Amino acid sequence: MSHLAILPILLPLLTGLLLLLIPARHQRQIHFLSVLSSVVLVALTATLLVDAGTGVITVYALGNWMPPFGIVLVADRLSALMLVLTSTLGFFSLLYTIAKDVPHGGQTFHSLVHFLLMGVNGAFLTGDMFNLFVFFEVLLLASYALLLQGGGLKRAKAGLHYVVLNLIGSAIFLIAVAILYGLLGTLNMADMAVRVAALSPADTPLVAAAAVLLLLVFGLKAAVVPVYFWLPRAYASASAPVAALFAIMTKVGVYAIIRVYSLVFGSEAGELAHLAQPWLWPLGLATLLLGVIGVLAAQELRMQIAYLLIISVGTLLAGVALNSVEALGATLFYLLHSTWICAALFLLVDLIARQRGDAADQIVSGPALPQSVLLGALFFITAISVIGMPPFSGFIGKALLLQAASGYNAAWLWSVVLMGTLAAMTALSRSGSTVFWRTNATPMQTTKADPWAVLAIMGLASFSLGLMVGGDSVIHYTRAIAEQVLQPKIYIDAVLGHRPLNQ
Amino acid sequence: MEALIAIIIAVLCSCGVYLMLRARTFPVILGLTLLSYAVNIFIFAMGRLNSGAPAVIGSTDTYTDPLPQALVLTAIVIGFAMTAFLLVLALRLRAESGSDHVDGLRESSASLSHTTSHTTSRTTDQQEQQP
Repeated sequence: MSHLAILPILLPLLTGLLLLLIPARHQRQIHFLSVLSSVVLVALTATLLVDAGTGVITVYALGNWMPPFGIVLVADRLSALMLVLTSTLGFFSLLYTIAKDVPHGGQTFHSLVHFLLMGVNGAFLTGDMFNLFVFFEVLLLASYALLLQGGGLKRAKAGLHYVVLNLIGSAIFLIAVAILYGLLGTLNMADMAVRVAALSPADTPLVAAAAVLLLLVFGLKAAVVPVYFWLPRAYASASAPVAALFAIMTKVGVYAIIRVYSLVFGSEAGELAHLAQPWLWPLGLATLLLGVIGVLAAQELRMQIAYLLIISVGTLLAGVALNSVEALGATLFYLLHSTWICAALFLLVDLIARQRGDAADQIVSGPALPQSVLLGALFFITAISVIGMPPFSGFIGKALLLQAASGYNAAWLWSVVLMGTLAAMTALSRSGSTVFWRTNATPMQTTKADPWAVLAIMGLASFSLGLMVGGDSVIHYTRAIAEQVLQPKIYIDAVLGHRPLNQ
Repeated sequence: MEALIAIIIAVLCSCGVYLMLRARTFPVILGLTLLSYAVNIFIFAMGRLNSGAPAVIGSTDTYTDPLPQALVLTAIVIGFAMTAFLLVLALRLRAESGSDHVDGLRESSASLSHTTSHTTSRTTDQQEQQP
């Protein structure tokens, strides 16, 4: 039996521990090991992606305890895609920190990044509801420490709100898991799906209540409308590589929503089938609209990008709510695009801010940038991509999503998404022209951007290009994911039909 | 016993929520702790309440479900770590801002009108940017 499925969790854990043991004066070695480990992680997850691409669902029973009693890791197409997304993001964020002039917090930075990667990978792989909670806590604890790297009042304030909100979220998550366990008698998600389908009518309302509580928790992670207020301030105050890495955190929430509400409360859940979709549709559109207002009102570039992230979450949830193979396939395509490109923007804005002196990332006219051509070109490309204009991947993602809607849904989705696109275009052209063109003639005497940092941004931006060039095969893959996800029976059979290894 | 446990959970939960809505970090942390106690008892109760029964199958006719106990243990450990982290963070915010208001407002301004406190928080932001 292959141990490949557990390696994306073990590798970051061991790397993180190893990096803690190396004395801080060996900065070079720490950097090298950290980036090397993330390269290996990319290779591992790519192998998983290819394996899962054949349609095989890899089930890994920890300690050979059979489901539904033991904890299982499940690598299906959706998990594999999310893992690749995480590992590439981790690699480029770490590549960015190689630059000598980039301040990257304390000496524990690299360890914490790997612990964060471990938590995110675990959340994507696990097939157990309580284990999902544990991995959420792992990634959150690492993210708390990463957010606070560097210190300062602004970070401490944003950090406190972020931590308190997430602790409340954890409490609600536990309540929901306890209700589900009390009524269904299992924590394995595949087994849960079977039991929900055969639920007695008396227990149905309570299970529905637990399901909605879970939606609230995942919504908090994904930054959905009533519970997104923590995100802009937290992301705007985090250091650049951390903010770039955090672009995946909202996607963990979106992933959990897709997983739980297609598997446990999916098409075969009897009375509770498609429980979340009626909620997700208005919430997604409302999130999108409020994100648009935020993008227009933002005074700082980082804040603006944080709101762009919220727009992307709104778009994703609306796509999930449509609940069809075409829509979900388009949603996943858009998810890849928006995560990579938002991370690229977070990194890029950091470079821009460091060449503007006191003006930093505020959207006001300031000193001219010494490298305005390079940074301006990168900003132009990433901005076009994130807005969703041709010829970059954002355009394909949005066009596919709009195509997937029909009837009244189409009217809502088209108007809201297109309005959001227009507003994002207005806001980004305003901030781009203010920062790059409305400048004083004298450029600041600052050091040039480190080539490694530029390389990291170009790498992330090139994924946008890659998504466009290789769009056909990517869409093919995301459609295949959607087909697999919307037929929960495949997943359930794979997990519950798993046989123990011979001793 | 069910009624008693339910009342305990309700009291802990409501006290926790009340404290979390306060504007000072210390009551908020206490509130979170109370809430996590309520959640732990709730998880425990979800394995059904049963007295005098061991968590082992086969030794007696009745047995209790050991899994919620394991879940509670995990939840306690995680909650403990999070509370410790939050306390350190609150102390740091106290040191950075000079007050234990959750928004980092100054002691004097927190009691004054809204506009004053707003400007004060701005000045603190500027002060922070200077060094």
